[in-house]
Amino acid sequence: MKAKIIITPKKAVVDPQGITVKKALEHMGYTGVAGVHIGKYIEIDLAPGTDKAVAQKALNDAAFKLLSNPVIEDYNLEIE
Amino acid sequence: MNFAVLQFPASNCDQDAVHAVRLLGHSARLLWHKESSLGDTDCVIVPGGFSYGDYLRCGAIARFSPVMQAVKQFADNGGLVIGICNGFQVLTEAGLLPGALIRNRDLQFHCENIFLKTATNDSPFTSQIPAGKILRVPIAHGEGCYFADEETLAQLKANNQILWQYCDANGNLTDTANPNGALQNIAGICNEQRNVAGLMPHPERACEPLLGSDDGKWIFESIFAALKNKTAAAAV
Repeated sequence: MKAKIIITPKKAVVDPQGITVKKALEHMGYTGVAGVHIGKYIEIDLAPGTDKAVAQKALNDAAFKLLSNPVIEDYNLEIE
Repeated sequence: MNFAVLQFPASNCDQDAVHAVRLLGHSARLLWHKESSLGDTDCVIVPGGFSYGDYLRCGAIARFSPVMQAVKQFADNGGLVIGICNGFQVLTEAGLLPGALIRNRDLQFHCENIFLKTATNDSPFTSQIPAGKILRVPIAHGEGCYFADEETLAQLKANNQILWQYCDANGNLTDTANPNGALQNIAGICNEQRNVAGLMPHPERACEPLLGSDDGKWIFESIFAALKNKTAAAAV
């Protein structure tokens, strides 16, 4: 089982990387790009036999405390 | 006065901080991040650097080190704590200071001298800075853009928690003088209780004329004065 956590900057936070990449895409001729947001992807391997519900709870806690900074980032956690 | 300067793996301004405190006539020692007690300490300096390689986010891992639990307790009991550069990032990650430091708006690492305006003398970190004095101190960071949501920002202003702002040589808070895009040109703040402060610039690198500026000493002199008052009050 794997936990996949996607961390993105909050909408209110200026994302200079996203802005720069958006400009680069436009410069290259890609049209229709309304916004680019650059975040992080974290994959966690879970030990065999781990209870999904328990892992979900623990990883939500970890994502809030360590993996993301709730002041500037949102996260989405999926276990599969 | 006894200063404890924390040392994390990849701290790199720890020796500078110790040097500055000693140069100004007080005692300072390094404290390894695995220590769980601060010992005989009057003020904690969380120094600059790249603690834990800036992995995940700047300061994100350092905040969980044993020494930070002791620092939190020290701060909760009113002890003076100042975070410089990476130390500021560690203190925001630890929740000891509000807001966060994000990537500089131009994505560049800035290593240069800047000018600082002191927004208030009402703190243990600014009380001795002469009125109207513009401080010339260096910065060296890639992620120093101060961010806080609107509500937090309003609280910072209402409680007079903004201590230093980037300005031009004449003290004007212009956008050009803002090296990293920080909201309201914020370079440093304190907590509501006013005993924990953080700033991106490096006062410890500007405490002697040989280094081009000794303006940084006013921040240390403010801390010394606050500690002296505290000791005097405790003796009564």
